[in-house]
Amino acid sequence: MYDLEYTKPENIKNAVIDFDKSNDGKYLAGGMTLIPTLKARLSSPDVLIDLKSANLNSITVTSSNVVVGSMTKHSEVANSKEITRSIPSLSNLAGRIGDHMVRNSGTIGGSVANNDPSACYPSAVLALGATVTTDQRSISSIDFFKGMFETCLKPNEIITEISFPIPDKSAYIKFPNPASRYAMVGVFVAKTGSDVKVAITGASEDGVFRSSEIEKALSSDFSIESIQDIQIKSEGLINDMHASRNYRAHLIIEMTKRAVVKINSI
Amino acid sequence: MPDGSSTGIGVSVKRKEDYRFLVGEGKYTDDINRPNQTYSYMLRSNSAHANFSLNIENASKLKGVVKIFVGEDMEVGGIPCGWQVDSKDGTPMREPAHPPIAKNKVRYVGEIIAVIIADSIEEAKNAAELVDVNYKDIPVIINMKDALEAKNGLVHDEIETNICYDWEIGDSSAVDLAMAEAAHITSLDIKNNRLIPNAMETRAAIGDYEHATGQYTLYTTSQNPHVIRLLMGAFVLGLPEHKLRVIAPDVGGGFGSKIFHYAEEAIVTWASNKIRRPVKWTSDRSEAFISDAHGRDHLTSVKLALDKDGKFLALKVDTLANMGAYLSTFASSVPTYLYATLLAGTYSTPAIHCNVKSIFTNTVPVDAYRGAGRPEAAYLIERVVDKAAREMGISQVDIRRKNFIPTDAFPYQTPVALQYDSGNYNATLDAALIKANYESFPSRKAESAKRGMLRGIGFSTYVEACGIAPSAVVGSLGARAGLFECAEVRVHPTGSITVFTGSHSHGQGHETTFAQLVSDRLGISTDLVEISHGDTNNIPFGMGTYGSRSLAVGGEAIVKAMDKVVAKAKKIAAHIMEASADDIELNNGNFEIAGTDKSMTLAEISLAAYVPHNYPHDELEPGLDEKAFYDPLNFTYPAGCHICEVEINPNTGEIKVEGMTAVDDVGKVINPMIVEGQIHGGLAQGIGQALFENATYDENGQLLSGSYMDYTMPRADNFVNFEVGNEVTLCTHNSLGVKGCGEVGAIGSPPSVINAVVDALSELGVDDISMPATSEKIWNAINNASKK
Repeated sequence: MYDLEYTKPENIKNAVIDFDKSNDGKYLAGGMTLIPTLKARLSSPDVLIDLKSANLNSITVTSSNVVVGSMTKHSEVANSKEITRSIPSLSNLAGRIGDHMVRNSGTIGGSVANNDPSACYPSAVLALGATVTTDQRSISSIDFFKGMFETCLKPNEIITEISFPIPDKSAYIKFPNPASRYAMVGVFVAKTGSDVKVAITGASEDGVFRSSEIEKALSSDFSIESIQDIQIKSEGLINDMHASRNYRAHLIIEMTKRAVVKINSI
Repeated sequence: MPDGSSTGIGVSVKRKEDYRFLVGEGKYTDDINRPNQTYSYMLRSNSAHANFSLNIENASKLKGVVKIFVGEDMEVGGIPCGWQVDSKDGTPMREPAHPPIAKNKVRYVGEIIAVIIADSIEEAKNAAELVDVNYKDIPVIINMKDALEAKNGLVHDEIETNICYDWEIGDSSAVDLAMAEAAHITSLDIKNNRLIPNAMETRAAIGDYEHATGQYTLYTTSQNPHVIRLLMGAFVLGLPEHKLRVIAPDVGGGFGSKIFHYAEEAIVTWASNKIRRPVKWTSDRSEAFISDAHGRDHLTSVKLALDKDGKFLALKVDTLANMGAYLSTFASSVPTYLYATLLAGTYSTPAIHCNVKSIFTNTVPVDAYRGAGRPEAAYLIERVVDKAAREMGISQVDIRRKNFIPTDAFPYQTPVALQYDSGNYNATLDAALIKANYESFPSRKAESAKRGMLRGIGFSTYVEACGIAPSAVVGSLGARAGLFECAEVRVHPTGSITVFTGSHSHGQGHETTFAQLVSDRLGISTDLVEISHGDTNNIPFGMGTYGSRSLAVGGEAIVKAMDKVVAKAKKIAAHIMEASADDIELNNGNFEIAGTDKSMTLAEISLAAYVPHNYPHDELEPGLDEKAFYDPLNFTYPAGCHICEVEINPNTGEIKVEGMTAVDDVGKVINPMIVEGQIHGGLAQGIGQALFENATYDENGQLLSGSYMDYTMPRADNFVNFEVGNEVTLCTHNSLGVKGCGEVGAIGSPPSVINAVVDALSELGVDDISMPATSEKIWNAINNASKK
């Protein structure tokens, strides 16, 4: 790791001040990606601004929404009784990220802001039609993700909370990469009335995406039969030593089917 | 204080060493810091094959930098290979020069090209970024089949070929004859996947030269400190043993990868003299992936000839074995004497021939890894036997029973040099069938089918050779070292004991198992026994721990030393009690005059030996401290039966291990709990090889599986509860009757797993799948089979 300055501001305002003063500062959330990157000398910010004390850790559940503060840890989402009651798939998703150590450090805001193409949370944000609130604005999930490791966040912008509308039913099915246990294909299906949203992570070179083809089929007939014959185009899907793009295309349908079965069993 | 009866042979004594590890008080190499110590960073090649030049001028000026060494600075001997294997035409293997720091040319990604020494590791890394390296890339040789043709490029120009040796064993004309007359021949092409050892503790080394005395000390993560002292002292640095001390303190796992003498050890030792300060190096995990010797990596064609009843007539094996870019310490012996000599397996196949070409490629050197050659042998035998059974319509159990070496045939001379001393292969098979609930497998398969799942069961009835090794035998086969072991049993004046052993524990639990040997024989609690190992200044010349040899060879040396202690103690007791030494009997720690109630304890005798007021000075020297070397008469031959049961989802290829049964014959068991732990660890590595682990290079020689993000280490949730049992036949040539348990899990299990996968898929027409059998590979196999 290169030498750097470390700050731990006590509110967002001071965090942004620290950032604006820096040449190439970086916000530190849970650090599950950033710290290994720093240790491997792949990143060299002059200032590391730790958001740990900036009061961004909260869980609020209303009759219509689950609102999670950006510095809320995966383990807190996983173990929240309120979230488990209203969006069980969300706490289930959080409870299967990484291992205990990752879940006790990693945060929802860090994961969403990083937009790793294989991360789990972005699929929940997209499929649930969440709103990402920052210190500057509110962003619809459709506008937020801009491709692999890319979002619409400005350099100094900080996610403060993410608000998930509570669906009627939802499910997240992950086919983990056997080595990293990130999603090799992760499918989040949310159903509210006849509206169905399907977000897929781990599979595309452009990061998390929604499949209008699957959504259309499931909106008219929420059954595995309705998607049985859909051929996901493998073009643009990730092709690596762990899974070819054809296998990933196949797994998208298989994991979606499992999500449908799970939702139909709720 | 409990007496010896509760901590002797056969008792699951809790591991004495675990307390210090569990409370974080283990002392590993990286925990050691020497006054005025410097830190070294190994700058490594990121090109797999290139001529290079470098400029260190800017880097040398950086704050904190003490010195930067390049290849030309280090005029020493090359890293040696410890085993000479001759080609079948009699020519010795080709041993290209292996400088500790590359000069002008690099041959794999990870090879050291410069050593940056600084006051802190961060400063050394900062300087490393300022070293200007200019690579002129040369075409890369990764694939072994490409490497066979010199026109595709040479890893080492000076040897004009990429073939290290072209070796054979067995009777090829007998095999050809049997093949011609066979009723059936089963053929199979096999890849034994390359593995990366991944010991929990990465390698580390500290070189510490003391100018005033001329003494060098090397602290290193080694399984065999004396071997390192010999190889590095005699062959690389030219240092005499009395001026070189090698200390391997607590070591966190080795699996073979810490047997070898590595360049970093020589570099820090040599550099500590040059800069007159201690030099430390600690590998980080990413570095370990490209600098620890890898394991396995064979391509093999096998043919098994059978008569019409399924009796094996002959086995023909052709293997290409990857050596990587340079010969690591024991690399040459692994795919020859530790591999092809095991090709009889547990079967009475009368004719066997094996040809092995070992190949240089632009990859990390390959050497022994848990099992070392024997897993490769067991895998191909058990796979081809399985396939033959399927082709001939014989059950997996029957084909094995039909061909087992009968229990009354021991000692059994195989056609490939080894003579098995004992075994009972039907006994381990019978016990495993019961433990695995084999009879009810069809109902489990039917239940899986109801859920749309495919279920399979696979067998492996393997044998291995360990307890390495009779020095005269291995010497005649080219080993450049003896493979005896030593021990010193020092009885202290008040009766407690320290055992100095040449074996080295890096997870095996020697501090407990060896103490139990003493407890059992001398009748004192293991609490009164300390096992000392790892420091060449403390222990007599020992060969270390690998090849499941510590108990069978190192333990036997302790027994021999105890024999001497007991003989001397009897003489002392006889003198004091005024009896004949012949009349003294040792019972539960008491030296008794037979037929009387007179006796002395060991503590009383040892006190008399060190306070020799009333003592047979004319006959004996004072003290009770005996040393023994033990050179085994033969290898030992653990064997067993592993049965794996898997369930496969045909829609996705997902595979789940549903059952793993291992019934092994490891000879006499000293500590059942420790043995079971060793089996569990071996099974985890074996299943890991079969389903998960795979070192993958791209066509440019970059290691794609270079971190845990991409190299699939198996985890607890990949397994089931292992069903472990043992069926004992005693080793006939050591007094303990022990064979060895460290490697059997990794040797026996991979074919059982793959045979189970093939069994599950056989109804679809799949007859082969390669390791690791990943879900995509299985999914593809299912798709391709359904297209046929």
